[in-house]
Amino acid sequence: MNNDTLIPLIGVVTDIRQDTPDVKTFRVNALEGGKVFEHMPGQCAMLSIPGVGEGMFSITSSPTNKEFMEFSIKKCGCLTTWLHAMDVGQQITIRGPYGNYFPVDTELKGKDLLFIAGGIGLAPLRSVINYVRDKRDDYGDVQIVYGSRSKDDLVDYKEIIDEWTADPNIEVDLTIDNPQEGWDGHVGFVPNYVKELNPSTNKTVLVCGPPIMIKFTLAGLKELGFTETQVYTTMELRMKCGVGKCGRCNIGDKYVCKDGPVFRFDQLDALPDEY
Amino acid sequence: MLKISASNLNALFDRIAEKQTLYIPVDREPNVSEYKKYESGMTMSKALNTVRSAKDFFFPQTENLAEFKVSGKTIEVKDIRKENEDFVVFGVRACDARSFGILDKVFLSEPVDSFYKNRREHGTIVTMACTRPAETCFCTTFGIDPTVPGGDVSVFFDGENYFFLDNTPKGEAFVASVSDMLEDGDASKLAEVQENTRNIMKKLPLSGLSTDSFGGERLMEHFNSDKWAELSESCFGCGTCTFVCPTCQCYDIRDFDTGNGIKRFRCWDSCMYSDFTKMAHGNSRNSQLERFRQRFMHKLVYFPANNNGEFGCVGCGRCLSKCPISMNIVKVMKALEDK
Repeated sequence: MNNDTLIPLIGVVTDIRQDTPDVKTFRVNALEGGKVFEHMPGQCAMLSIPGVGEGMFSITSSPTNKEFMEFSIKKCGCLTTWLHAMDVGQQITIRGPYGNYFPVDTELKGKDLLFIAGGIGLAPLRSVINYVRDKRDDYGDVQIVYGSRSKDDLVDYKEIIDEWTADPNIEVDLTIDNPQEGWDGHVGFVPNYVKELNPSTNKTVLVCGPPIMIKFTLAGLKELGFTETQVYTTMELRMKCGVGKCGRCNIGDKYVCKDGPVFRFDQLDALPDEY
Repeated sequence: MLKISASNLNALFDRIAEKQTLYIPVDREPNVSEYKKYESGMTMSKALNTVRSAKDFFFPQTENLAEFKVSGKTIEVKDIRKENEDFVVFGVRACDARSFGILDKVFLSEPVDSFYKNRREHGTIVTMACTRPAETCFCTTFGIDPTVPGGDVSVFFDGENYFFLDNTPKGEAFVASVSDMLEDGDASKLAEVQENTRNIMKKLPLSGLSTDSFGGERLMEHFNSDKWAELSESCFGCGTCTFVCPTCQCYDIRDFDTGNGIKRFRCWDSCMYSDFTKMAHGNSRNSQLERFRQRFMHKLVYFPANNNGEFGCVGCGRCLSKCPISMNIVKVMKALEDK
């Protein structure tokens, strides 16, 4: 009988990094080493601990990383609490990749890119950012606006400082919600910061974060003269199958697991506001 | 056309059951019919239809997907799939036969669901033409002719004899396997029986129901209708409509710790339930209005949008007779349709 996508593969956790008080990044390899499967930036995978639960997580490492996959996961429910309690060497089940991806080889190619992320919303964008960094000549200017509640809540902070801000070909603008000792950077919410930065409307925007942040960011971008057709986001709804059959992650006639998770805002505008 | 007399039908069942598992509708109590594995001496129900739909044969209420052995930090996945044995379902009505085509569009589209496909490939559907449709029937709304029921083999009853017409290679093989029990017969009375049934359908209260106001192109309009509040007001989300529905296919996947390993199973779920879309950080369909709307939008708008206009309802009428508050898809269609 042919493989069935509902029957998962096994991965092993080979590294765990505490990124923020409630976010850990897990490195996952196939049992024989290397990656369990290939993916494109923005795609997701179903991770599970048998007996605990299964959940969809965006793959936060870039496809250009040929050695391993990474998942940045916030502790907020049963499964994620269990995942956070894991030690290196723990095996998990994994299946995927699922969904569409940011159009890195088509619509985004050659464009000036503006990434806007809030909190754990950086996780799915990190895959695209590092993909673009590895294929730098294929894209124009790259600007990253990233904000969090506090400096301790900036996910992948070390990578941002060590690699992204050190990269002369990338502009990185960080902000935190409230003033904090030891932080001399910008203070304020992401949507307002984007307006202050007044980015060129030539840019193609990729935004991900809490729904309220996305909403205000989009409104701000429109004030600056951006249109829905230049702004992409990635969605998250409850999923069980990952392949458009179990029936719960639809927005109108589109399934987030299969037709998404990446949508352009003009596509979302044509769908019911039920997410 | 090949036929068997009514008095020999059980002999035919005995023959089929020698080689394959046979399921027929049987009365559990008067007019409460359900599919049962045939055993010699069972009588086929004369009820119009079974209380539960026939979807169980291909998409059972629960089924195991995989097993896991967890020890320390290691996990072992066991593929428990086995090739299904051949089976025959006898007496399926036209509405349920059509529902398999709708389920196929979900489960056999890429990536193919091997659990469903396995059962589908090994099941032979023998349908039974309707002769006494009920007040809750509205299959004709969806272009179904209950007198030509489809499936692998269609069976027609003229009051004395059952006539067999194969529709597929699988059906042809089935008829060939029992052909020594069948004889050539005069099917001339069938046209009259069919005509009579069609006339009854025309006189039934739901015969005028139309799908003209529905389909993918009406998505935003119907979603934003102000009728949903009143329609959904009394729904308490019991999910009965979902469970008796031949086309409802939403499922949950869960794990069960047997004490000697973990079984991962899937089971029917309902978009009418409050935790269907609930996540750690929120719920995209918080109110019963939203959940109620989802179920009917899926059948009347979303499904046709994704499937060349085909609706996700076959007009079997089960939800009409089973809903505890007498709300149903017909009332929804009538409230939303163009006046």
